[in-house]
Amino acid sequence: MSNIVSLKNVVKAYVRGKQRVEVLHGVDLEVAEGEFLALMGPSGSGKTTLLNLIGGLDHADEGEVVVAGEALNELSSGRLAKWRAHNVGFIFQFYNLLPVLNAERNVEVPLLLTKLSARQRRSNVAAALELVGLADRSKHKPMELSGGQQQRVAIARALVSDPKILVCDEPTGDLDRETSESILELLQLLNRDHGKTIIMVTHDPRAAEHAARQLHVDKGRLVDAPFGEVA
Amino acid sequence: MKYLPLIWAGLWRKRARTVLTLFSVATAFALFGLLNGVTAGFDSIINRASDAARLRTVSRVNISSPLPLAYRARIASVPGVVNVTPLTALLAYYRDPKNNVGNAMALDMSKFEALGSTYLIPKQQMDAMLHTPDGAIVGSELLKKYHWHVGERVTLTSRIWKQKSGGYDWTFKIIGGYTIVKDGYPENNDFFINYDYFDEARAGGRGTVMMYIMKVDDPAKAPQIGQRIDDLFRNSADETLTQTDRVYIRGQINRIGNINFIVDAIVGAVLFTLLFLTGNTMMQSIRERIPELAVLKTYGFGNTAVTALVVGESLLLCLVSAAVGLGIAALGFPSVYKSLNIAAIPLPLTVVAGGAGIAVALALVSALPPVWRARRLKLVDALAGR
Repeated sequence: MSNIVSLKNVVKAYVRGKQRVEVLHGVDLEVAEGEFLALMGPSGSGKTTLLNLIGGLDHADEGEVVVAGEALNELSSGRLAKWRAHNVGFIFQFYNLLPVLNAERNVEVPLLLTKLSARQRRSNVAAALELVGLADRSKHKPMELSGGQQQRVAIARALVSDPKILVCDEPTGDLDRETSESILELLQLLNRDHGKTIIMVTHDPRAAEHAARQLHVDKGRLVDAPFGEVA
Repeated sequence: MKYLPLIWAGLWRKRARTVLTLFSVATAFALFGLLNGVTAGFDSIINRASDAARLRTVSRVNISSPLPLAYRARIASVPGVVNVTPLTALLAYYRDPKNNVGNAMALDMSKFEALGSTYLIPKQQMDAMLHTPDGAIVGSELLKKYHWHVGERVTLTSRIWKQKSGGYDWTFKIIGGYTIVKDGYPENNDFFINYDYFDEARAGGRGTVMMYIMKVDDPAKAPQIGQRIDDLFRNSADETLTQTDRVYIRGQINRIGNINFIVDAIVGAVLFTLLFLTGNTMMQSIRERIPELAVLKTYGFGNTAVTALVVGESLLLCLVSAAVGLGIAALGFPSVYKSLNIAAIPLPLTVVAGGAGIAVALALVSALPPVWRARRLKLVDALAGR
């Protein structure tokens, strides 16, 4: 199976005040298409930074980031936005739903950038909500839903434009064990039955066990990459 | 159009703040509509009430200084003058000083056409008026207001003109009414009396005139004819100032003060304050939604789409508020004119269009700082709540 993510010697630093803090130190990573990868590590290890680079939310300072066949460092911010719209779905720890919109409207957000008609958009939204088991909650606003249900709406939003990759940043970090389990099973289903490549950042070893491969990030380096790319 | 639910939802995120801002902006636009409506209304009145073929001659010293009645023949002899009538205001009220009959005026009714073609008086009534020295032709609104009818004798009290027989009461017999031609300014409050009767009966000021009104044969030559009239009386004891109707009426309105300047100053100050208010509301609104904007950008909304959302929100707020404000102004406008004792006219469309234009400009300027902030948003920081 071909690689959908390929990072070579990636360096990323942030400037905090007058200080330059290097967060990633020459990271190499390859993720195969259709893989479910868990990135683990302590706070401040650089795993979210790595996820942001893969998701096209940030540029690497050095090295090469190729995702879904596109060298992301060469894209302008406008083209990168378009690329994200077509290729990546994002799932956040705190769901990040728009509180004034109901579930249906929240899920519709990514489709507003497409040329789909209102009817097509409604149909796609209904299918996504059906897939996450929330068809009967489509008219509810986020505050009227439980944490697990909100995360399911967020997953439906990430899926609705049929992206190749799902990027999940601590998707169960704010949920109880039982709800976490159901969300992780949903992610497994999306990976197994719908062929989505999933890259998930998590602190939780139990959550990571749902992934096919687990990698650890420590102090800006990958420490047990199965391809022998340990820095 | 597909962004509308997103824009609408953003606007109603803080319901109370949006409603309060809407009311503030609407109030400002109501004020804008009323004040600008008054000036635009005056312009409209001047356009409709003035006649390009009409000139008015008053004393060059000031309007309250009388001119000799003997000027009438000399003015009539000026080439181009078709008709000339003296005019003196009675400055009267009916029964109570509050019941002002401000448009009671003495004229040479045989030269009534000098007033222009706005008034239509049936020939029979005009003939009767010319043969009734103490007769009066009265506007329909006055007839209605005081429940007068044709044939009735009514007594007005002049504030300045005393009768030879003593007292300030003047009694007239109502001969008839008049109508206004289509599209003419609907001034139905006039009370016309015969000049000769009035001049003969008054105790003081006899043989004098407040102003002359004349009709000229060619409106294009009106300024030159006016100049010729003034030249006739140059270096005399009573020099004249002859003006076209439009210039004269505009001058009378400006005696109240430079209305345009006053209106512009008030509206300018209000709109300037409004700019800060809406700008602040938009800034607050966007500041609170930085994480939401970050999510939109994460999902591929580029700077253009985010700009469209912010500007759309600002436009919607300002245009809805302006529509409410101008609607209130349109409803209240006729009563403003009524309070000024001027026939009501609808809020001019130019004011509505101007208000809409200002609302758009206000929205765009108010949206600038939040747009700038939204465009500069650093995604990873915004998502991390930094």
